Amino acid sequence: MAVRNLIDGIREAMHEEMARDERVVLLGEDVGKRGGVFRATEGLIDDFGEQRVIDAPLGESGIVGVAIGMALNGLVPIAEIQFADFIHPAFNQIVSEAAKIRYRSDNDFHVPMVIRAPFGGGVHGGLYHSQSVEAFFMHVPGLKVVIPSTPADAKGLLKSAIRDEDPVVFFEHKRSYRLVRGEIPEGDVTVPIGKARLVREGKDLSIFAYGLMAFYAEQAADALAKEGISAEVIDLRTLLPLDREAILQSVARTHRALIVHEANHTMGAGAEVAATIAEGALYELDAPIRRLTGPDIPAMPFNTPQEEHFMPNPEKIAQAARELLAL
Amino acid sequence: MARTKESPKATSALGPAEVRKMYRNMLLARTIDERMWTLNRAGKAPFVIPCRGQEAAQVGWAAGLRPTDYFLPYYRDLGVMVTLGYTARQAFLSLLGKSEDVTSGGRQMPGHYGWEERHVITGSSPVTTQVLHAVGIAYASHLRGEDTVAAASLGEGSTSQGDFHEAMNWASIYKLPVLFVVENNGYAISSPQSKEMAVQDAAERALGYGMAGVTVDGTDFFACYEATLQAAERARRGDGPTLLEFKMYRLLPHSSDDDDRTYRSREEVEAWKDRDPILRMKNHVLEAGVMTAEEEGALRSEVQAEVDEAIAYAETAPYPPVEDMFTHVYAD
Repeated sequence: MAVRNLIDGIREAMHEEMARDERVVLLGEDVGKRGGVFRATEGLIDDFGEQRVIDAPLGESGIVGVAIGMALNGLVPIAEIQFADFIHPAFNQIVSEAAKIRYRSDNDFHVPMVIRAPFGGGVHGGLYHSQSVEAFFMHVPGLKVVIPSTPADAKGLLKSAIRDEDPVVFFEHKRSYRLVRGEIPEGDVTVPIGKARLVREGKDLSIFAYGLMAFYAEQAADALAKEGISAEVIDLRTLLPLDREAILQSVARTHRALIVHEANHTMGAGAEVAATIAEGALYELDAPIRRLTGPDIPAMPFNTPQEEHFMPNPEKIAQAARELLAL
Repeated sequence: MARTKESPKATSALGPAEVRKMYRNMLLARTIDERMWTLNRAGKAPFVIPCRGQEAAQVGWAAGLRPTDYFLPYYRDLGVMVTLGYTARQAFLSLLGKSEDVTSGGRQMPGHYGWEERHVITGSSPVTTQVLHAVGIAYASHLRGEDTVAAASLGEGSTSQGDFHEAMNWASIYKLPVLFVVENNGYAISSPQSKEMAVQDAAERALGYGMAGVTVDGTDFFACYEATLQAAERARRGDGPTLLEFKMYRLLPHSSDDDDRTYRSREEVEAWKDRDPILRMKNHVLEAGVMTAEEEGALRSEVQAEVDEAIAYAETAPYPPVEDMFTHVYAD
């Protein structure tokens, strides 16, 4: 198999699902002729036409609200939000509507749909093209929150999300689109939602991460291995529902936990991972739980030194691991 | 684009039996509404959202559509529901949050309608979200070449929401078969229309979207029914959406928790009671010879008896088991 980009996995999943199931439609800003500002939807309008690949009017609440209506009437919409930073106008439609339609109707209605959004920084996107907003949606039962970190998972998880009977918020780290490369299985291979991935086994500590940070954690583990430190890396892949069993099992093996995310510290996804460990594996721990995260400032600055200081990277992860082992 | 303000003529093709049925729907909605209010004041029902004063428009627009169409009513639309077959029993089961409640199994507050069998799409409390759903529903129907219409109703207060703009824009760009039904009762809780919009009629806004806008006397059942028929016909022809505005008056406070004495005069409310849509329809059925006074009285008794029975049934009906609250978060 050829080595390809993560964004190829995203595009291929959509292409295959639209070819397989005529109910699948795509809507978002610039997803048609332009093929998306990141080119994730390139070529789809040529193969499936403008009735199924819809250049939406510029308004996020409209995109998600219309997608909900489509899902209520037999379609399977993929709604693209151009940047995760712009998802907030659609928050009401996602949280009050999509997440609650099955529950509030006592199972009479449901909305099979995917909301895709590129997130994360490290691309000089400044405050409003760099945010990590996943924690807001992790707090909402009724939603699923999925973040792939490899090209194969990008394809397999997105295919699962499209086939899911419930609304899935699917975040794709924009820095990883063309940075993270790997083989993508041909054809109809899905990856289950709700299962973490054991990236590599280790004995000395567990590193929990997702998205670009899972990719960086693997690089950090390579560096640590050269120093004789055996780091286990767990790619969470799904934040809601969180694979608590995989987290607890890993801590039981290594007795130390380092949680990494780019989103700011307070009430980030790491808080839930840490609480899971504290509730379920406290007596397995040989050291306090450590979180390496973005700082608690409103968003990522545009200028290079401050952006670099905001982002966790392989070296910072390795250093945090060393400190944790020294305790 | 059409922009009409006069009420369509009452040239309805409805026969006497159908007119009688429509009057019965209005009466049933009114009677349920009155008794819900009484139960609330007696401490037996936590919350009521009244429809009083809006029955002609509600029964009118629901009757102007087909069972295969999609209905996205707002919280005041008891008259719409009754027209679609919602019974007094169903209304009181919902009021009391009982297990048999067809809208949500007792999960939602009263007035948050949804009824899969009758194409009534589940609704929520944040206002105006449903108009975007109507657009998506219409898009899906349109894509499959079906001739169904999606109709979403809202109060005139909701026309201030961004979702209203986005939905009107989408629907008109794609000429989708959507009816935007504004039940203009003059108030958004306490704010009068003059503080909600700078235009005289909400339907004027249709012009900015290149769609038809029609303002109708919302106390006149026949005018509302005819305007809906015409708008639905336009939609089915592929001529796009219509903004229908029915003007009327909310005769009661916003809800059982509101006190309208704090923001409007009793004289104003009393003046509007002379234009009560039930009274208007009653006069019509008697004057047109659809019913005799005796028959009209018998109909009222029949409706009262139905409501009495429904309350007795709902009061003794079981609540959902506590453990059921954990079901249907996701597909099982």
